[in-house]
Amino acid sequence: MASKQPENSLLGPEADSQRTLYPNVTGTSVVALKYKDGILMAADMGGSYGSTLRYKNVERMKAIGKHSLLGASGEISDFQEILRYLDDLILYDNMWDDGNSLGPKEVHNYLTRLMYNRRNKFNPLWNSLVLGGIKNGEKYLGTVSMIGVNFEDDHVATGFGNHLARPILRQEWHENLSFEDGVRLLEKCMRVLLYRDRSAINKLQIAKITEEGMTISQPYSLKTYWEFSAFENPTQGAVGSW
Amino acid sequence: MSSIGTGYDLSVTTFSPDGRVFQIEYAAKAVDNSGTVIGIKCKDGIVMGVEKLIASKMMLPGSNRRIHSVHRHSGMAVAGLAADGRQIVARAKSEATNYQSVYGEPIPVKELAERVASYVHLCTLYWWLRPFGCGIILGGYDRDGPQLYVVEPSGISYRYFGAAIGKGKQAAKTEIEKLNLSEMTCREGVIEVAKIIYKVHDEAKDKAFELEMSWVCDESKQQHQKVPDDLLEEAKAAARNALEEMDAD
Repeated sequence: MASKQPENSLLGPEADSQRTLYPNVTGTSVVALKYKDGILMAADMGGSYGSTLRYKNVERMKAIGKHSLLGASGEISDFQEILRYLDDLILYDNMWDDGNSLGPKEVHNYLTRLMYNRRNKFNPLWNSLVLGGIKNGEKYLGTVSMIGVNFEDDHVATGFGNHLARPILRQEWHENLSFEDGVRLLEKCMRVLLYRDRSAINKLQIAKITEEGMTISQPYSLKTYWEFSAFENPTQGAVGSW
Repeated sequence: MSSIGTGYDLSVTTFSPDGRVFQIEYAAKAVDNSGTVIGIKCKDGIVMGVEKLIASKMMLPGSNRRIHSVHRHSGMAVAGLAADGRQIVARAKSEATNYQSVYGEPIPVKELAERVASYVHLCTLYWWLRPFGCGIILGGYDRDGPQLYVVEPSGISYRYFGAAIGKGKQAAKTEIEKLNLSEMTCREGVIEVAKIIYKVHDEAKDKAFELEMSWVCDESKQQHQKVPDDLLEEAKAAARNALEEMDAD
């Protein structure tokens, strides 16, 4: 294992310098929904260094094995560590060579255990994860937070997405969305996040996972409209403003 | 060939007067008494096959795997004491994942063979350990192309184009030498390996056997895996036909 925790002195001064206290490079919201053929997930490609939008080519969604897709917000280095754990998991699963493979439900459970156990050691992996996939026709979409809270739903989001995207999805999501409708719905959510989340950037990817496998779009940007009359002279009438 | 090493064969840390370590030679005998294991290096990959002698009719076909994946790109076929083989495979898997973790790339097959060989050799250096009673054929595909290695209980390891260990190794080696491996694809190689194993199988001494084959080639996207079922059936059928033709002569 890469990180050496002095397991026996978790309360000592050396141990404190090894625990995660705050994230450094973070990704913002991930939004995902179930549609007719599988799962659609969207995330932008930004990695913020505090309030600086430092990295603009961060892929925050990755395929896990044959059946799952993982999206993460939060600390990017912790996401990379999680990918390493999952890489080992999938490798050992492949080496059985017995015709079986880990499905999204199993991967979600593994991630929950991982996150919750780290939280109990007061050394969390500072991420909110979205795990979606489809195996043998059964679609699955779940989420795990950095404190180990996990659940599954027809549509999930992390961070700001919970506040801005979920309400839209609650209104407009329905069973058996077509691919085009699903993408349109995700883009609607991502556009609101782009307008209102200051750590969002206008460079996103949409990934889909179906029985055939995972595909991820090339990065693209959404069209935005800033000519709303409410945006003109925004400070007129505001006391103390110029 | 077999000489009794009276007195000098009690411990792996004892040399005989003529410079042999008998315990290691006895370990090699365990390999020679097991079912044949073959590996060949074709143009585009490696094919390995095992003659799994079936102890009981009640065993489920497909159980007791003798070929194990060590990482995505390599696998090992084991001859000899199966439990010893499991230990070596576990160690090889651990070496492979450790290398990947430290160096960020899959372990080169040469490096893996060296590590497995030195682990096997380790157990020939101490009197409180016994040598492994198994021979390993290790096949993998890295950026230097497909490679085939054999590791013996003594800890030596050589690289081969074609190799055979176990009961029928002499007959199998003769057959392999007849093949034109540099022109053969793995698809063709699978058929040839099946034919050889069926041919060297001794119907009189050992009743039933199950054929287990794996490959790592361009067709399998450089991943080590069981030969696909349809190709395996095709190979078995071809092998049975070849045997019948031979008997008909």
